[in-house]
Amino acid sequence: MTKRQKVLVLYLKFPSLEAEVISWATFDGTGQKLHMTGDSDEPPYPTGLDALLDGWRLFQSSQAIPEHPGEEFRTSYLKHEFFFEKIEEGDF
Amino acid sequence: MVQLLSTEQMAEFANSGCLFFDGLIDNETNKEFLNDIGHTEIENVDNMQKYFQNIKASSSIPRIPAGTPLKNAYPHKSPLEKIFQNEVVAGAINSLVGSEAVVDHQFLHLTFPTKYFKKTNQRQMSQVNHQDSTIDPRITFDIQLFYFPTDVTKEMGGTRYHPGTHLRIVNEMGIAKYQNIKGQKKIVCKAGTIGIFHNGLWHGAGVNFSDEIRYMFKVRLQPTEKQELLWDPEKKYKPLPNKALYWTDENQEKTVNDILMKSYPWQEADTNRLDKINTIKFWRMLTGNKNLDIDYWLTRIENELY
Repeated sequence: MTKRQKVLVLYLKFPSLEAEVISWATFDGTGQKLHMTGDSDEPPYPTGLDALLDGWRLFQSSQAIPEHPGEEFRTSYLKHEFFFEKIEEGDF
Repeated sequence: MVQLLSTEQMAEFANSGCLFFDGLIDNETNKEFLNDIGHTEIENVDNMQKYFQNIKASSSIPRIPAGTPLKNAYPHKSPLEKIFQNEVVAGAINSLVGSEAVVDHQFLHLTFPTKYFKKTNQRQMSQVNHQDSTIDPRITFDIQLFYFPTDVTKEMGGTRYHPGTHLRIVNEMGIAKYQNIKGQKKIVCKAGTIGIFHNGLWHGAGVNFSDEIRYMFKVRLQPTEKQELLWDPEKKYKPLPNKALYWTDENQEKTVNDILMKSYPWQEADTNRLDKINTIKFWRMLTGNKNLDIDYWLTRIENELY
């Protein structure tokens, strides 16, 4: 038996886990499923909290960084990023 | 006579970053284009490399140095000249980047079906989300014209795009980690469809699960003049007056401002407001009116008394 990591990245509507998922990515280290860009139009969970309730462990979230003076209205990357993992055991 | 865009179409472009003209180009021109690029029936070619070699050997698409004026770019009576002279295509180009636009580059995108990947034991993956071509903080914008010479079915993995992302300043594949974004669209269209994207629109090619090759011919065009009221040479556009905020009137007809202020499901609660502010700034540029506002977003924060 070996261990493999599955990673779920959720981007939320505001910086709290109760917020709605607006973007998502999944990377499956077990090799059971190949995820790729554009492979699903509906998020795996409605909110970040629902991912926790399904056993995903949060290991990183984005910091609140004050807008740079003079650049307050510049928009760029999605802001509220949360990384989760699940460790799976099996014969991979 | 070219058909300039309407103010509503310009507002749609300012808000979403794209416009589509479904099945615009006639079938005869689509066939001519396919012949010109050296299209080969798929059953006659057994690998991708051979297909590319075929196209390279037989394609009659001209080599166009970057910066060539569009009006001199394509040979007389060629299918590409016909496409660019189509009154709707020419009108949209003139409205967005003017009548003196130059060609930045052109590219024939090919998306191969699963069987080619199986034969060579390659992993068939979609193209990641990206913004062309590098970080670009200009107010001036370029357009990318997408031409689909064949029908594109859902299985063919037509271009994925994210309406409303065009004013976000990111660095090319810096957005690749967003595998899926709420509200994402995938182009499914008839042969002869033309899409026009703002150069900043986030997009990527899908996976082709059909048995046919998918083609998309892209041309990027750059303006050489200011992009103010190009669609409205008589300068008839007048901004709408302020309205009472948070006061809904269900009987009121949809206005240009409603088109401009449309939200998208991928926008964050906080940044959505900045997206609106940036759309208003973009509309100020397009209309040449430096004071117009919508829903008081800019007037409120420009009221600086100290």
